[in-house]
Amino acid sequence: MTLVLGIGNRFRRDDGVGPAVADRLAALGIPAQEHSGEGAGLIEAWRGRIRVIVVDATQSGAEAGTVVRLDAVGAAPPRGLFRYSSHLFGLAEAVETARALGHLPGSLVIWGIEGADFGFGDALTPAVAEAADAVAQSIAAEITAPPS
Amino acid sequence: MTIAETASRTIKVDALARVEGEGALTVRVKDGVITDVKFRIFEPPRFFEALLKGRPYGDAPDITSRICGICPVAYIAGASQAMEDALGVDIGEGIRKLRRLMYCGEWVESHVLHAYLLHAPDFLGMEDALQIAKVHPELVERGLQLKKLGNRILEVIGGRAIHPVNTKVGGFYKSPRKAEVRELIEPLKRAVDESLATVKVFAGLEFPDYEHDYTFVALHHDEDYAIERGRLISNRGLDIPVAAFEEHFDEEHVRHSNALHGVMTDGSGPYMVGPLARYALNHAQLSPLARQAAYDAGLGPVERNPFKSIVVRAVETLYAFEEALKLAESYEELAVPAPPITPGAGRGHGCTEAPRGLCWHRYDLDGEGRITHARIVPPTAQNQKQIERDLWGVVQANLHLPDEQLKWRCEQAIRNYDPCISCATHFLTLTVERA
Repeated sequence: MTLVLGIGNRFRRDDGVGPAVADRLAALGIPAQEHSGEGAGLIEAWRGRIRVIVVDATQSGAEAGTVVRLDAVGAAPPRGLFRYSSHLFGLAEAVETARALGHLPGSLVIWGIEGADFGFGDALTPAVAEAADAVAQSIAAEITAPPS
Repeated sequence: MTIAETASRTIKVDALARVEGEGALTVRVKDGVITDVKFRIFEPPRFFEALLKGRPYGDAPDITSRICGICPVAYIAGASQAMEDALGVDIGEGIRKLRRLMYCGEWVESHVLHAYLLHAPDFLGMEDALQIAKVHPELVERGLQLKKLGNRILEVIGGRAIHPVNTKVGGFYKSPRKAEVRELIEPLKRAVDESLATVKVFAGLEFPDYEHDYTFVALHHDEDYAIERGRLISNRGLDIPVAAFEEHFDEEHVRHSNALHGVMTDGSGPYMVGPLARYALNHAQLSPLARQAAYDAGLGPVERNPFKSIVVRAVETLYAFEEALKLAESYEELAVPAPPITPGAGRGHGCTEAPRGLCWHRYDLDGEGRITHARIVPPTAQNQKQIERDLWGVVQANLHLPDEQLKWRCEQAIRNYDPCISCATHFLTLTVERA
């Protein structure tokens, strides 16, 4: 079964877009988990999994709500794209560490949604909320479609 | 490359990596003499104490635990203890031990993350843990496994690994099932061996030559290595109850930081809390195995080289696993997971040893048990002044190094403290100046 992780902090506005997508998927009957994005925990979460999908907020300077889809098995995700406190052992580092240790899942797809506001609060920027709807639909379609 | 002694140099690290929260460092050197060292914390202040005002006493542990995602148990335990003190609640030995078991899980999680993944790269000349994973995969693999067991302890006792949900003032909502706690025993036995091996690995690192005659401050308890209870002691003869903290320690605001700086009120200046302080003051209370491991690793009874904090963290990790094993083996389900509490007026103090050092709380409650005043003094705020003093000394001793190497050494020195900047900026007094 595909493991879906929505990364982020619901109380830091657009950083909560990962959990928001997890909520939308749950409403569609697709189990998805919320995750803080702490790197060591991520490696443990996807250890032994065949197929993993991760959703996280990005902070690249692009327009709010811009969506990227990355194949993390094929290429290293750009570091610094995903926000995680300042521990700097976040998603991108977790992917590469898992790769070095031979623990990457067979398929690891990362959806990034550009956030605009990472301040205190629990409301998403409208463009980010729209992107969350679209990404949830895409993931639902991807999961229910037979693997290509 | 060497730098002429007469040159004017500025070492800047604009955003420190591998520390929790957002901080920066500036060192200025002129004609071979340091003119300025500033460890700046610019993570915005978060006003947790104001947030607590008017809320019922029972909210404090859950709200303050949100100050930090690395050490929530420290805040839960400290705030709960303060409320139990204010309301005259006796939690009894069973609840205290279960809290200690959960706290051991947090020590493991925090220490392993910092020592293996964030601090070890400094000693190995590597940029980050990813590089270690490529060269020494077995080391990173072991770190991940040990940290996972720390998480598991929190899940079993607290309901989840980050920000536990099974805790309350007085104890727990539900007593963990004995069978689940028992399942921790075998993995804990293996973890004791694994963490003993880690002490040996870290003991073999190269440590920069630097020592300082610190004022060490830590909790102390005669019966065990103090974590969740004890009196406050120092290596300069201080020995006070937790409630007397404010008579001896103060915080001052400095312009360049959003975190308050801890100082001693007797004018003796900065002090150090955390692993080195605990080890110096309480090493007689360590288990025989942990004490022997420390000795074999070359640690004296008092360690004054802050770079060896990584070895002390490894020793404390070993101790935390041994302690967790002992507590898991003797665990019996609690007939009453939390005693009944009657809300009322009062003042309470709480203090525990967070992985980074002392975390102190005081609360005042009104007749209905609502919070009228709160004060929290986290470990990184207390260490901040000492961090600057260490930087001053480390830079002075290493002025011959080229800028890049000096910068590296400074960052390594800051990480000796495993600073949690998120915790340190939970509060700031705002003064508005008007013309």
